Amino acid sequence: MSAPRLELRHITKRYGDVVANDDVGLAVAPGEIHAILGENGAGKSTLMKVVYGAVAPDAGELLWDGAPAAIQSPHDARALGIAMVFQHFSLFDSLTVAENVWLGLSRTVSLREVVEGIRGKAAEYGLDLDPDRPVHVLSVGERQRVEIVRALLANPRLLILDEPTAVLTPQAAEKLFETLRKLAATGCSILYISHKLHEILALCHQCTVLRGGRVVASCDPTRESTASLSRMMIGAEPPRLERRPANVGPLALSARGLALPGHDRFGVALEDVSLDVHAGEIVGIAGVSGNGQQELLAALSGEDPRADAGAIQLFGQPIGRMGAAARRKRGLHFVPEERLGRGAVPSLSLANNMLLTRHEALRAFGWIDRAALRHQASGVLRRYWVKASGPAAAARSLSGGNLQKYIVGRELDAVPKVLVVAQPTWGVDVGAAAQIRAELVALRDAGCAVLVVSEELEELFALADRLHVIAKGRLSPSIGSAEASVEQIGEWMSGLWTGGPGQAAALAGGAR
Amino acid sequence: MNELALLVAATLSAGTPLAIAGLGLLLNERAGVLNLGAEGMLLISAVAGFAAAYHGGSEWLGFAAGAAAGAAVAAVFGWLVVWLNTNQYATGLAVSLFGSGFSAFVGIDYVGRQLGEKTAHAVPVLADVPFLGPALFRQHPMVYVAVALVAAAAFFLYRTRAGLVLRAVGESPQSAHALGYGVRRIRLAAVVTGGALCGVAGAFLSVVYTPLWVEGMVAGRGWIALALTVFATWRPGRILLGAYLFGGVTMLQLHLQAQGVQMPSQFMAMLPYVATVVVLVLISRNPLWIRLNMPASLGKPFFPGA
Ligand SMILES: Nc1ncnc2c1ncn2[C@@H]1O[C@H](COP(=O)(O)OP(=O)(O)OP(=O)(O)O)[C@@H](O)[C@H]1O
Ligand SMILES: [Mg+2]
Repeated sequence: MSAPRLELRHITKRYGDVVANDDVGLAVAPGEIHAILGENGAGKSTLMKVVYGAVAPDAGELLWDGAPAAIQSPHDARALGIAMVFQHFSLFDSLTVAENVWLGLSRTVSLREVVEGIRGKAAEYGLDLDPDRPVHVLSVGERQRVEIVRALLANPRLLILDEPTAVLTPQAAEKLFETLRKLAATGCSILYISHKLHEILALCHQCTVLRGGRVVASCDPTRESTASLSRMMIGAEPPRLERRPANVGPLALSARGLALPGHDRFGVALEDVSLDVHAGEIVGIAGVSGNGQQELLAALSGEDPRADAGAIQLFGQPIGRMGAAARRKRGLHFVPEERLGRGAVPSLSLANNMLLTRHEALRAFGWIDRAALRHQASGVLRRYWVKASGPAAAARSLSGGNLQKYIVGRELDAVPKVLVVAQPTWGVDVGAAAQIRAELVALRDAGCAVLVVSEELEELFALADRLHVIAKGRLSPSIGSAEASVEQIGEWMSGLWTGGPGQAAALAGGAR
Repeated sequence: MNELALLVAATLSAGTPLAIAGLGLLLNERAGVLNLGAEGMLLISAVAGFAAAYHGGSEWLGFAAGAAAGAAVAAVFGWLVVWLNTNQYATGLAVSLFGSGFSAFVGIDYVGRQLGEKTAHAVPVLADVPFLGPALFRQHPMVYVAVALVAAAAFFLYRTRAGLVLRAVGESPQSAHALGYGVRRIRLAAVVTGGALCGVAGAFLSVVYTPLWVEGMVAGRGWIALALTVFATWRPGRILLGAYLFGGVTMLQLHLQAQGVQMPSQFMAMLPYVATVVVLVLISRNPLWIRLNMPASLGKPFFPGA
């Protein structure tokens, strides 16, 4: 047998008291797709950053093609042929998609070749992208695609994917798997991190399970089931979502004929969006990201107060022109899709991040009651199983899933009357995801109106009482999730509902 | 008519050092480094340039010495803020203060000295075109070099891969590092290049524009050049525009004074600065513009591997 492409021996990495990686060893053969599995904060991303040279380990060694290799920086890693898709994207907002991709490739290719490469490969990979759009107008799903395309075009010998499908639609994920299988067949090794266990069963040849920074198991996923993987990972199977029929109350949040021009020529314009969310129900919005979700969320949350005052109503009050804080005062809370930067300030402590949307710890004249604030933050940490060193930890030091749990927890804990939440379980492990979903349902049963925007159909079907689909800035009529089929929602995603943008285009095409 | 031509000519000449220094600072800032030491760098390079031109007898020697002095000061500044991660604002201010003291100290011997005869410059043929000739084509070659430099910088930033890398570093050093770029090396290179350009501007002031050395002769132009980068929303073409606008307002003020227009001179001296503030306010009304052009990491230190 030939030497493994990559071998790790006794890798240890500490952050203060936290041991992120503890004596980790693993080997990846050429052409092998190797899954790294573990709950939030298990140390997966840290281990990948060690391989990529972005984090220096405290101890341990790394072998490349059987020979010891010193990877001091990402530059060294790239020279060996390692490419990585980060969990928190490393993109440049003001540059275009093509420029972002170009920066990740070798100097010898020209920008024009990159543009053609993106156009050509996008179809093949099922990762649709417009190379000329600036990245700052893209949704997280689209950004994820940029990251993946950049890594794929680099022709790597080892490809590291840290939760690449967290915000991809199932169809796009399926296409990505085909691409990855082809890539592996040509001898490229792949390290694959995901919290979606069925993906690991379908895609991977080998699996290493981490827990608390240590390797606790390694197995052949083709012989496992999601239940057994889940047991290895969190020691139990995730509880099934219990739900009773909705007890629908009065109208809470509604939009009527909401229309908003795009922010610039790249933005998606919202057209005639109407939707109702009643107290005590969960309404889901499905759709491929980049079809107006961001714009709709911004209009509903108050981040974008350009709508006609009456186009958005909260308990019958026009709120279209109110800012986010004013809406929050009236009981509307919001979880944005970007957790770093929008949902939290990366450099601030968790306690201070609490103050962004919660003012319970504020005393007269804006005085901050530090003790109360710490207490409040610790409460959220405990209740939502957030793994962090404490309320004083900086938001950016949390693992991706743990930060997500914290932000969702912060808003759930406020007991809002209306909650608008985007991608509630992005990057959260199976156990915690089940818990967040259960909390959302509990909130609903307590009479809160919940609007969930997600790309994960499965999640929407499990959570929502009614579903809408958003396509090209237009919203479909709603359909009870019990009556809806995956096929129908899939069709709607291309705008093919009566009066939808896809159907209008088809009609226009037929007339010509 | 003739007076207008002279006013235009004076404007171009007054705008040139601002344009060159502003361009240098723009390169710094595009890489994410804010150099508040511009005033000090201009002073040191002005005295260096003057000394070299005085002893060597050549203007171009003066420019070279100015560039070298500017680059040297910038290299020290860059090493401090890029490698040692000292605070960019404080370090910049320190360089500024150091520069004014140091230049005054080493320049004592040059106060009151004269450079050789000033040569008249003229672009063949074009210089004799009525109005346009005296307005545009009887300038020091450096005036045209400044325009060429601006065009070159614009080409570099928007048409070359190296320029793209520079912008990427200024926007997100973390991401650039993650893609394998040597952020510190690139930042230092940008700072030194920017310093050399500031140096040329300083030498232009003492060797061509004034042309003599007096303590503090840069007279706030370093700060104006810093404001210019914001004014230009970090785009080279607008640096040139802003520099000429500013030079024009300054010249107009002198001109009006010479005409005996009744206005307090202090008010006139204020005019250029008020104009800058007004334009800054106008520009800041478009957040998207700022967001797309302002280097997001401006003034922030970068720690690789953190
Ligand atoms: N820069 C840092 N400073 C301090 N602690 C850190 C830092 N980065 C990671 N940690 C800690 O190391 C542990 C492992 O984090 P890591 O990001 O590797 O988890 P993960 O397995 O990728 O989790 P997730 O599934 O949520 O992404 C966490 O407890 C985290 O808080
Ligand atoms: Mg992670």
